[in-house]
Amino acid sequence: MSAPLLDVRNITMQFGGLKAVDSLSFQVQKGQLAGLIGPNGAGKTTVFNMLTGVYKPTSGEVAFESKKVSGLKPYEISSHGLTRTFQNIRLFKDLTVLENVLIANHQHVKYTWTDALLLNQTFEKEEKQITDKAKEILHIFGLSNKIDERSANLPYGEQRKLEIVRALMTEPKMILLDEPAAGMNHSETHSLMELIAKIRKEFNLTVLLIEHDMKLVMGICEQIFVLDHGVKIEEGAPEKIKSSKKVIEAYLGVDADESH
Amino acid sequence: MRAIKTPLIAALGILIVASALGLLTNSYIQLIILFLFVNSIMGMSLNLVNGYTGQFSLGHAGFVAVGAYVTAAITTKFPVPAGLMALPYFILVSLGAGVIAGIFGYFVGLPSLRLKGDYLAIVTLGFGEIIRVSLNNMSYFGGALGISSIPSMPEIDLGGYVISTFVTSLIFAIFWAIICFFVIWRLLKSSHGRCFLSVREDEIAAEAMGINTTKSKIQAFVVSSFFAGIAGALYAHFTNYVSPASFTFLMSIDAVIMVVLGGMGSMTGVLTSAFIITVLPEILRSLKDFTGGVDLRMIIYSLALILIMILRPQGLFGSKEISIRRKNVSSST
Repeated sequence: MSAPLLDVRNITMQFGGLKAVDSLSFQVQKGQLAGLIGPNGAGKTTVFNMLTGVYKPTSGEVAFESKKVSGLKPYEISSHGLTRTFQNIRLFKDLTVLENVLIANHQHVKYTWTDALLLNQTFEKEEKQITDKAKEILHIFGLSNKIDERSANLPYGEQRKLEIVRALMTEPKMILLDEPAAGMNHSETHSLMELIAKIRKEFNLTVLLIEHDMKLVMGICEQIFVLDHGVKIEEGAPEKIKSSKKVIEAYLGVDADESH
Repeated sequence: MRAIKTPLIAALGILIVASALGLLTNSYIQLIILFLFVNSIMGMSLNLVNGYTGQFSLGHAGFVAVGAYVTAAITTKFPVPAGLMALPYFILVSLGAGVIAGIFGYFVGLPSLRLKGDYLAIVTLGFGEIIRVSLNNMSYFGGALGISSIPSMPEIDLGGYVISTFVTSLIFAIFWAIICFFVIWRLLKSSHGRCFLSVREDEIAAEAMGINTTKSKIQAFVVSSFFAGIAGALYAHFTNYVSPASFTFLMSIDAVIMVVLGGMGSMTGVLTSAFIITVLPEILRSLKDFTGGVDLRMIIYSLALILIMILRPQGLFGSKEISIRRKNVSSST
């Protein structure tokens, strides 16, 4: 087997006396769709924050495409092709849907300030190119008719989708989705599942997602990591996770009879 | 060609209106007209940082002072060339003033833009005051007395037809105001400008989308300081005198009022409020005649500001722009 795309080695995040994540290691292979689950407060979002550079791990290392990325700034990690969405939606609220998506393309923009000030061919051509690209991705997500809408005015489900569109615009190799289905109803979740599977194929993506909706996780993930109190307690295919005693204990608690 | 068409038309239009207005009236009104442009540039440039990039700076007067003093120091040492050569001379000197103010902006922005909100406001206020107090103590720049007899724009004799100082000053002012407007306007329509907006909206998300927010903030701050320096250069030529007392933090506050009153992040809004801030206090001067010598000017001025902020807390224009064309303004610039 070739080297994993994302290789997390013993990362620990310590906030004062609290170990939010304790020497966690896992690997995600290229093209995989993996899930990170765990009860509330298990440290899942902290893991995402470490992977994307929002937090610098107290110890341990994250390698992406065999290159060390832990310790880099978030924008540097993003330029390596690792991007994310946020659990508590972080759109550019006052800007339009289209602007939200265009901004994410900035690292690929080749024209300079001077081109923009002179409104020359280079500028016009590239602006058109990236606008077309943005519209194309928005179309896949069914947001075509909303491009001029202020993003804060979108319904909740569409805001979540827009976050994914924006992340895709950075041309990632791997995308981390933090509870993409949170607050969605059953049918919305179902169509989101299909969408995630579709974009993964179309954009040749590797996906790691945090999700509480077990149906979604078990339905689409090929590999699942279970986190509890900052420690990985189990990993494997959905069938293995479903029948794992440790996982059931973490979610439902230890049976009173057995604990003694 | 397309790049300069709109600015050129705008410049000519403004020039015709402003010079007609100015030539029909006295030198007092003429100075107000000129100051309209100084304040507009000050407001537009601060809007780039405060309104579009969302970084609250209170030190704008410091950069205006740098520009004004650089201009004053150069033009009082090197004589203004005669005739038409005077225009490029003045433009070159003011360009230098802007560049030096921009460099100051870079070194002030580098450490202070790590801070946010109130803290950034206090630090920039501090830097503004440091610049002013330093000037106060530099004998080379005249200390507290400042620099006087800074040359005005000259009259230009075109074979019998004389273009007055007012009109040459006006050309000079409009030249920079138009450049300032279009540089900021077009930047905001580009990917680089959209980065400024993303920093204002959500810094963490912007970083995650691959934007170096520190770099964006500093870029905005440098461009803003550059134009503040230009405003200072114009100020120096129009008043012929600069002293540290002209650049207290009250000037920064005035600039902030322009931005907030017009609507954070609206170019046309800032221009409108620059007009109000410049003209309203002057109009209210004549009130003294009716109130029997009691000066109600600043009271009414303050009341007007309070009322506008209560009735339109988002500013006169919010973040909207007014435009002659209804939609797709970007393609017309």
